[in-house]
Amino acid sequence: MSLLEVRGVMVRFGGVMAVGGIDLDAEVGQVSGLIGPNGAGKTTLFNVISGMQEPTAGQVFVSGVDITREAPHRRAKRGLARTFQRLELFSSLTVRDNVRVAAELAAVPDVDGTVDNLLDKVGLSHLSASVAGDLPTGSARLVEIARALATMPRLLLLDEPASGLDDSETERLGGLLRELAADGLGVLLVEHDMDLVMHVCDRIHVLDLGNIIAVGTPSEIQHDDAVLQAYLGTS
Amino acid sequence: MQELLTFTIIGLSTGAIYAVVASGLVVTYTTSGIFNLAHGATGMLSAFTYWQLRFDWDLPAPLALFITLFVLCPLFGIVTERFVMRGLQGTTEVVRLSVTVALFAFMIGLANWIWPNDASREAFLKFYEGNSISIGGFNVSWHRLITFGCAVVVAIILRIVLYKTRMGVAMRAVVDDRNLTELNGGRPDRVSMFAWGISASLAGVAGILLAGDQQLNIEPLVLLVINAYAAAIIGRLKSLPLTFLGAGLLGLLDAYYLMVSDESWFPQTAFGFSLSGVRSALPTIVLFIALLARPQSRLRVGTTKLREENRVPEWRTAIMGAVALVVVVVGISGMLTRSNTLLLLNGFTFAMVTLSLVPLTGYAGQMSLAPLTFAGLGAIAMSKLPGDGNLVALIVAIAIVAIVGAIVALPALRLSGIYLALATAAFAVMVSKIVFNQRQTFQTGNITVPVLRVPFVTIDTPRARLILASVSFSILGLIVVAVRRSRLGRRLVALKDSPAAAATLGMSLTRTKLAAFAISAGIAACAGALAGDKVSPQQYEFTQSLPIVLLAVVGGVGSVAGALFGGLLLGGNSVLATIVPTVKNLTKIGPGTVGITLGRNPQGAAAQIGDSFRPLIEQPRLIAVSAAGAFGIWALDAADVISHWSFFVTSVVWILAVSPNLPALTAATPSRRVMAGAWLVVGLAIAAGVDWSTALDATGKRIILIIGLVALFGVGAQRVVENSPRVHSASPDLTGLDANFSREDIELAEQKIGVVL
Repeated sequence: MSLLEVRGVMVRFGGVMAVGGIDLDAEVGQVSGLIGPNGAGKTTLFNVISGMQEPTAGQVFVSGVDITREAPHRRAKRGLARTFQRLELFSSLTVRDNVRVAAELAAVPDVDGTVDNLLDKVGLSHLSASVAGDLPTGSARLVEIARALATMPRLLLLDEPASGLDDSETERLGGLLRELAADGLGVLLVEHDMDLVMHVCDRIHVLDLGNIIAVGTPSEIQHDDAVLQAYLGTS
Repeated sequence: MQELLTFTIIGLSTGAIYAVVASGLVVTYTTSGIFNLAHGATGMLSAFTYWQLRFDWDLPAPLALFITLFVLCPLFGIVTERFVMRGLQGTTEVVRLSVTVALFAFMIGLANWIWPNDASREAFLKFYEGNSISIGGFNVSWHRLITFGCAVVVAIILRIVLYKTRMGVAMRAVVDDRNLTELNGGRPDRVSMFAWGISASLAGVAGILLAGDQQLNIEPLVLLVINAYAAAIIGRLKSLPLTFLGAGLLGLLDAYYLMVSDESWFPQTAFGFSLSGVRSALPTIVLFIALLARPQSRLRVGTTKLREENRVPEWRTAIMGAVALVVVVVGISGMLTRSNTLLLLNGFTFAMVTLSLVPLTGYAGQMSLAPLTFAGLGAIAMSKLPGDGNLVALIVAIAIVAIVGAIVALPALRLSGIYLALATAAFAVMVSKIVFNQRQTFQTGNITVPVLRVPFVTIDTPRARLILASVSFSILGLIVVAVRRSRLGRRLVALKDSPAAAATLGMSLTRTKLAAFAISAGIAACAGALAGDKVSPQQYEFTQSLPIVLLAVVGGVGSVAGALFGGLLLGGNSVLATIVPTVKNLTKIGPGTVGITLGRNPQGAAAQIGDSFRPLIEQPRLIAVSAAGAFGIWALDAADVISHWSFFVTSVVWILAVSPNLPALTAATPSRRVMAGAWLVVGLAIAAGVDWSTALDATGKRIILIIGLVALFGVGAQRVVENSPRVHSASPDLTGLDANFSREDIELAEQKIGVVL
């Protein structure tokens, strides 16, 4: 039984098929990648998994429990956490309070300790008193990650966490993701930075026009014909 | 059968009016994203304008109609869009809604000013008054037929405009995607302008028809919009056919209710409560049900976010502020006349009700249009509870209303934004129509709320009540600060900033909103329970709540200080109105005018004033100077050197004009320091040197004097000490390219390169 199982999930917006019957798994202790061209349906799939979008058909299971109809906040209690492609920080709270809200919601025993720890982990301790709305995109993304981690998740969904990060920040993020996986967390990563994806993922799913066209290890994916076609177009 | 036909015709013609109003509402909402609460007020103003042209100035009806509907209304709509609404793109929903509330208040004020109620107003005639035709044995007046015909014509015209004209296609494009339309060469601003023009005309048509059907009164015409809300919500704020259908059903419902309620079998009471108010509350009941039938609002990401400075209030500042407030009130209360004491007391009551919006609207971003309804319920609870106004009764009253507030709000909480705000509006109207008119609540119209009984203190004079009010406000303010600093407070702000993130982190949005509503209802109930006087149901009506919501946002709904500022401003406004008849009319449009400019300063005035004091607060030495000065002025008064009014004028000048300038004054160059210092001394001398209690004969004039002195000397001195060479904002290599060199640019450049003049 996988940590996350997506079974036959389909999302239709009027006449447009955004996601067309996808199966996907994410495992404990692994970083799973989800890549694909713009408009492939990656964010829609994330919205289905986190409960912000009801699928037209299909089911989502976490540790074998069907959560397809559960409200987002209940899914969080089951260990699901996510970040957003378009930043969704609590922009009038400080960086510290952003993370603190999440830790309080998860009722962690030592809120202050947890918050300090996480800010340190993502390298933002020096910004803890800044108002989140004032941060540059790179730091803001890291706050979102720290905030998601403060809910003590078992599965972390990251939607383009490296966009807006500079090279050293991206490298640090890669290290952090491997570290989290080593601690037993499952990570599902949507990302356009191929270096990062190929570097940190154990398995990669390639999505195109709402369908999964390939699944495999980074090296398998790099040599897959269908993938090359989707990214480069048919010759 | 005959009767059924009669009432069907009546119902359809009423529904026709609703349909015309509601379609205007839908047209502006879809093209500009602004739900115009002032839509009914536009209709009201049009009806009055038409009356003026047609019956007072005796213009022929077609000309009067043409001028009203095809010249003035569109003009009004266009001006509103261009100068008020357009600036609101990219602001929060709370601000957008507040601006339409402001417009609402402005128009009511304007109508009251131009057409005062006491003026003898000739009858507003129906079209073809007295003419009727017989349909199936029943006489239908021409007015009704015309009304019905208007709705049909409006429906046809809207259909043609939207589907057959270029402008209509552009309008529908803007509805689908405003930005995309712009990228494709469309001009969304012009489209919005056009939509606002049409919408104002539609409101005008409905207003004129309704005024003929009923009578020319401000309130029913303005509240007409509530019925329109219901129809528009049935149309999901976008479908015109559904809107028309909803309006028709609403009209029929009203007519049939009227029909059956006359029957002998129809109950006049239920469980001992009178049902007399149910008919006028019907549209709001429909509105409420239509809102509840809406699907749960989906969590959206990437919604407009305005970063609002929302500092966590420090305990030290909060407690100092609370103590200072009470000390100041105790200090000045001895000098006030009885009537001024009561007016200030009124201001504090408003301030407490305004404070109830701070956790709800300021922190949690949820709009309520019903704060006074909860205050009214608090007043009723306090007057009915045993204990003759002791502390236990107060606490029980607060608890009851908080629980009632939470229970009633519960079904509405899955809504958000504009829908939630409308649900609270519906709730406010329902309560005032159905609950406040019961024998068990307001009896004959007035009830006496007992004065709070506090151990060891007797509160029997207005002065004592004023001090009690300031203490109560301070305590409530500290409670609000405690909420903001707590775990709940962070959750409230999180809810406002990003509901999507909050939910995915494990927060139940409904439970958090519920807490916000309960706290807010409790604070408002406390304000009502502390009324300590005779109160009437009119004080707690929906239309009375609107200025409070408005001034809360104007004052700065994110902070306790903002609530105090907003509340006192509202109280002060009525002070002006009652004391100085000459400015009375201006005060009617005052709050509205202030609010309309809100788009430019969404933080509120308190934050702005607070900012000007920030440099001072960082310098304890200067705080001491400021405090010593204030004490000195008080000493002059205590020693009878200056009069009470001169004391008041001088204190305000000292606090608002001199103190904030102290830091800049000490840092300025010697010559500027002398200039600015001298200017301030002149101001103080004028304030203290003249006996204002005899020099001016009315409080209002003195208040205007104070505002003038503060502006002239405070801002003047500020200009002197801060008058440094202008720094070019553009990049240096553009200087002289994007604009001509100014004198200052040249001076600056010469200084930099060492050319000495």
